[in-house]
Amino acid sequence: MINELLNMNGYGLYVWSAFSFTLLSFLTLYSVAKVQYIRERNKFIAKYGSLDAQKARVARTQTINQEILSGSQSI
Amino acid sequence: MFKLFASSNIFFWIEKLISFINSIFFVLLLVALSFALIFSPPDYLQGDSVRIMYVHVPSAWIGLASFTSIALLSIANFIFKIKNIKLVTKSIAPIGLMFTCLAIVTGSLWGQPTWGTWWAWDARITSMLIFLMKYNTELIKLKNKGLDRL
Repeated sequence: MINELLNMNGYGLYVWSAFSFTLLSFLTLYSVAKVQYIRERNKFIAKYGSLDAQKARVARTQTINQEILSGSQSI
Repeated sequence: MFKLFASSNIFFWIEKLISFINSIFFVLLLVALSFALIFSPPDYLQGDSVRIMYVHVPSAWIGLASFTSIALLSIANFIFKIKNIKLVTKSIAPIGLMFTCLAIVTGSLWGQPTWGTWWAWDARITSMLIFLMKYNTELIKLKNKGLDRL
């Protein structure tokens, strides 16, 4: 049963290589994405402080902030 | 749509999305691998080599979809000037590169037992190679210029 699964009628080398390469790529991508995400989040926090969504929502409702932000779309 | 890309919201939604994906990833992976490698029958013509198609075809589609997304988001950024779109575009590029690379490698692994060759200079394969080069160029550009100076 296991030999059949590994051999796959002679195609085992190709099939297992393809699936192994895929899983290895997923792991690499996950690591790269995680590192990139942490880097971007740190950059964001360094630039804007620890402003969470709740505080930002409150800040956005204040008239003075709306007037200040009305002319700056590309923050 | 625009609120989703707002600076204060984007990381909040990303954290939620990552938690959701992490919670279902391993279950889906196990189910998919079981069906791809054990339960699905061999093809009458290609035999067991058809199992490579279960990773090759989605990889190619995701590679192409990533490229389309980058193009559409770049147009949106050009029009609306939302800085976080650049962030999304920068994040999509390595994903597209990896899936395009996967499509080429798994296609090559499928080609050897089926066509008797690892590589053929036909339109489909060559265009994927061109996509791979474009992704590399995009990533090198992002790495050299940095997000702020794009």
